[in-house]
Parts: sequence; structure tokens; C-alpha cells
Amino acid sequence: MKKNVYQYILSIADNSLILGQRLGELCGHGPNLETDIALTNISLDLLGQTRSYFQYAALLAGDDKTEDDIAFIRIEREYRSILLVEQPNTHFGYVIARQFLFDVYHLLFMEKLQFSKDETLSAIAKKGIKEVSYHERFSSDWVKRLGDGTEVSKLKMQEAINDLWRYTDEMFHVSASDKAMISEGIGVDVVALKERYYAKVTEVLSDAMLEVPEGKYFQKGGKEGIHTEHMGYILSDLQYMQRSYPNMKW
Amino acid sequence: MSEENIKNLEEIFEARIARDEKIEPKDWMPEKYRKTHIRQMSQHAHSEIIGMLPEGNWITRAPSLRRKVALLAKVQDEAGHGLYLYSACETLGISRDELYDQLHSGKAKYSSIFNYPTVSWADMGAVGWLVDGAAIINQVPLCNTSFGPYARAMVRVCKEESFHQRQGFEIMLSLCRGSKEQKAMAQDALNRWWWPSLMMLGPVDAESVHTEQSMKWKLKRKTNDELRQQFIDQTVPQADLLGITVPDPDLKWNEETGHYDFGEIDWDEFWQVVKGHGPCNKERLSARVNAWDEGKWVRDAAMAHAEKKELNKLKEVV
Repeated sequence: MKKNVYQYILSIADNSLILGQRLGELCGHGPNLETDIALTNISLDLLGQTRSYFQYAALLAGDDKTEDDIAFIRIEREYRSILLVEQPNTHFGYVIARQFLFDVYHLLFMEKLQFSKDETLSAIAKKGIKEVSYHERFSSDWVKRLGDGTEVSKLKMQEAINDLWRYTDEMFHVSASDKAMISEGIGVDVVALKERYYAKVTEVLSDAMLEVPEGKYFQKGGKEGIHTEHMGYILSDLQYMQRSYPNMKW
Repeated sequence: MSEENIKNLEEIFEARIARDEKIEPKDWMPEKYRKTHIRQMSQHAHSEIIGMLPEGNWITRAPSLRRKVALLAKVQDEAGHGLYLYSACETLGISRDELYDQLHSGKAKYSSIFNYPTVSWADMGAVGWLVDGAAIINQVPLCNTSFGPYARAMVRVCKEESFHQRQGFEIMLSLCRGSKEQKAMAQDALNRWWWPSLMMLGPVDAESVHTEQSMKWKLKRKTNDELRQQFIDQTVPQADLLGITVPDPDLKWNEETGHYDFGEIDWDEFWQVVKGHGPCNKERLSARVNAWDEGKWVRDAAMAHAEKKELNKLKEVV
């Protein structure tokens, strides 16, 4: 049971960790100062959530495990984040599209997780909802600005949405450990979120004068630890210090 | 306005500064005062923005989650400082775009210290401890400077900077209390950052062109050499506490003066970096120029979208 909860926490927290890490790459390189600060804020929120989740997971794991052991000392196959969040910062349109496609899901997810029978997860979700609803507002507003801005921005925003669309379906896949958690009333039944997710995404895209992609072929694997080629590089950075100088305090 | 009138206004103006009154953006001020403030405040703002880069370099590689979050927050604070210093500058009738142009074209300067590379995690400690330490010594007196918007911005900047400095020192302390490798990393960082930090307080007084006028306008309360001495006197005991050695064989406590004597600073290196030939001048500036150029379509879109929305509102009213 504890093992299932532990695995379940990883599957939630790894999304925040990897997306927070990706956003961290942008700090100091945004299109203007205000956006730079806002994206850093989102990264900070996500990494803050990650810490709460991993501190709880470390407690469940026992044997002196720390949040950093969980964050940094795993092999790629053990990270459970979805493929969407590891996609690169190709241009600002991709940053916004990735954020938007994740935020809509994340908010729906947190709204359900707050009713988890696990008190700690419920508390983390309650705190996180405020943050994530800001993220969703921020990214939706930018989708609209870029979609309904100039000809150039419309093309770029559409390109990013089209490219990242294939990673959306994975959010609604249920792994074996998810199933156990759902039946215990601890986990969120993500299948039930799917319809609302696509409805919300469609609403924002149409406000933004953008097309909803018609792609029917989706990618998956992150939840089982099979990632895109980008993940190894993210982990090389993330784990650099812990791997070069193992077992030290910082 | 007649020359006599201007002279009168100047006298009144100088008398106000002498009485420690604040000058506000809409008050009359000599053109030189306005220009000097634009120059100094924008240099300060640019330094904050360029200063994000050497530390931003370690965000993805910070060794723990706690350190990663703290570093992100710190770099974000610097963006915030840049933002309100640019805003303070704008009160003097220059736009942020113009200020960016000056930075990107190389016309405006920024603090040379940020042209040094951050090559190890310990540099995050050393930069916080030494660079922010030197910055605070420079900036605390500015909380009482004569130009109101600058003085008020500096109150907040200084509070955050002093937090950053403690954070930097704490990184160093963890390293120095850690393994042999960690302590060596801390010593190496001190070796590389010590001299550039001393240079950061500016050229020796004899070569400092703006000092006299700046003192009069309270843009400066102490000379570069006085500030440098203060920095050394304050920092050396901290290095002792850390158990690492300041890389200056001539450094010695002088009972008579009550200050540390210190060795010769390599001013050739200082001028080389100031003139654009430091280890990272090109990289720093091109990172900023790239971010700006690549962000153009985004800013254009935001403007176009805002205009469309405004137009729609008008249509609804009609």
C-alpha cells in the first residue's frame, strides 16, 4: 500500500519537477522582464510543490531517504513524468503551449486531488490549487495574445499547439498503480477529466482564433518511464552535482 | 529662461539637496543632474539584468531542491530590481526601450563583475557573499540619495541584497563545513572572485571621474577607496570564520590604522574587462541581445492583441 502511494506521488510530482526544471532554463532569457518574472514564479511554484510531494514520499519510504535522493538519484526509467513536460523551449510559443496544455490538466487534477483520502496529498492539492489556477490563467491569456496577435505569432502559436498535441492524451492514461490508488480513494480518476479537459482547451483555442488540431495519433511512455530523447539531457543537468559529488550536504 | 533665472533655480536646487530634501521627477532640475541620474540608474538596472546570467547559469544544476528554489528566487529578485530601477529611470523622461538600446549597442555600461564566468557551484556562494556584499556597501548610502525614486527603490533593493548576501555566505559555510572537495571548491571560488570583487568598487579615487559631482548630489557618500577598505575590513574576518584564505599575500591587519593593508590590484585587468575584453563580455551581451531579438514577435503580438481588444471595446460602446 505504502509502495503504491510512493509510486503514485512520483507520478504526480515528477511532472512538476521536470516542468519546473525546463522553466528554470529560461530565467534571464524571457521576451521581456515581466514575462521572465512570471515564468520564474511558475517554476518556483512547481518546484515548491515538488518538494512537498517528495518530502512526503521520503517519509513513506523510510530508511533515511531525503527529498533530494528522490529528485536527483534515480535512473531515467524511474522518472514517471509525462512526455509533454520534458519537451524543449523551442520558442516562446512552445513554452506557452506546453504550459497551457499542462495547466488545464493540472488544475482539473488538483481540484480532484484535494478530496483525496490521503490527508497530506489533499493538503498539498488545496495549497496548490491557488497557484495552478494562476498558471492556467497566465498561459491561457498568452495563448490568446499570441493566437490573436499578429500573423507571425498566430503561425508560431499554432505550430506549437500542433506539435505538442500528440502528448496530451497520455495525461488520461491509468497505470496499474494509479488504478489501485483510485480504488482506495487516494488517487484521481484521470479518465473522468478527459472530456472537461478537451472542452476547456477547445474553448481557449477558439477564443485565440486557433485551430484545434485533428491529430489522432498520440505518444505515450512517460508514465512507464519511457521518455523522449530530451529527458537524458534534462537529467544530466539536474543530477550533475549529485552524481559528481555523491553523499554530500549542500 | 534667462541665464540669471537658471542660476537662481540652480541655487535653490542645490540648497534643497544640502537640506537633504528629496528631488522628485516633476521638480525642476539641472540637465546634468537628470543625465547623471539616468546614467547611474540605468547602469544599475542593466547590472541587475546582466547579473541574472552568471547565476542563472546554475539554476538547472543546483545540487539540491532547496538550493535550486533559493537560487531561482534570488535571480528573480534581480529581475525585480531591474524592473523598478528601469521604472525609476523612466520618471526622468527616457523609455525602457531606449535604455535597452543603449545596453544592447554597448553604449551603456554595467557592472564588470558579471563578465566573469561562474564555473562551479561554489561560485553561487562566492557571488552572493562577495559580489552582493560589495554591492550592498555601494548601495546602502543610496537609500539617502537626493533623487526620491532612486532612494526609495534602493531601500527595497538593499533589504533583498542583504538577504542574498547572507544566503551566499550560508552556501559557503555549508561547503566549508562539508567534505574536502567541497571546501576546495569554496577556496577556489574565493581565489577567483576576490580581486574582481575589490575592483567592483571602482577605480582608485584619483582616477574616478564622477566622484566630486556625485558626492555633492549624494549619489555617493564615500569614495571608492573608502568603500573598498570598508569591504575588505568587513569580509576578511568572514573568510577567517569560513576557514578559507584570502588570495593576497600582502593582506595584513594594521594596528595603527585599524584597517587591513592589502596588495596591489591589477588595474590593467580591470580596464581590460571594462573596455569589453573580459572573459564573458561577449557572451553576456549577446545573451541579452538574443533574448530581446527573439522576443520581438512576442512583444509585437501582445501589443497587437491589446490594440484589438481596445478597438473591440470601442465598437461595443458605439
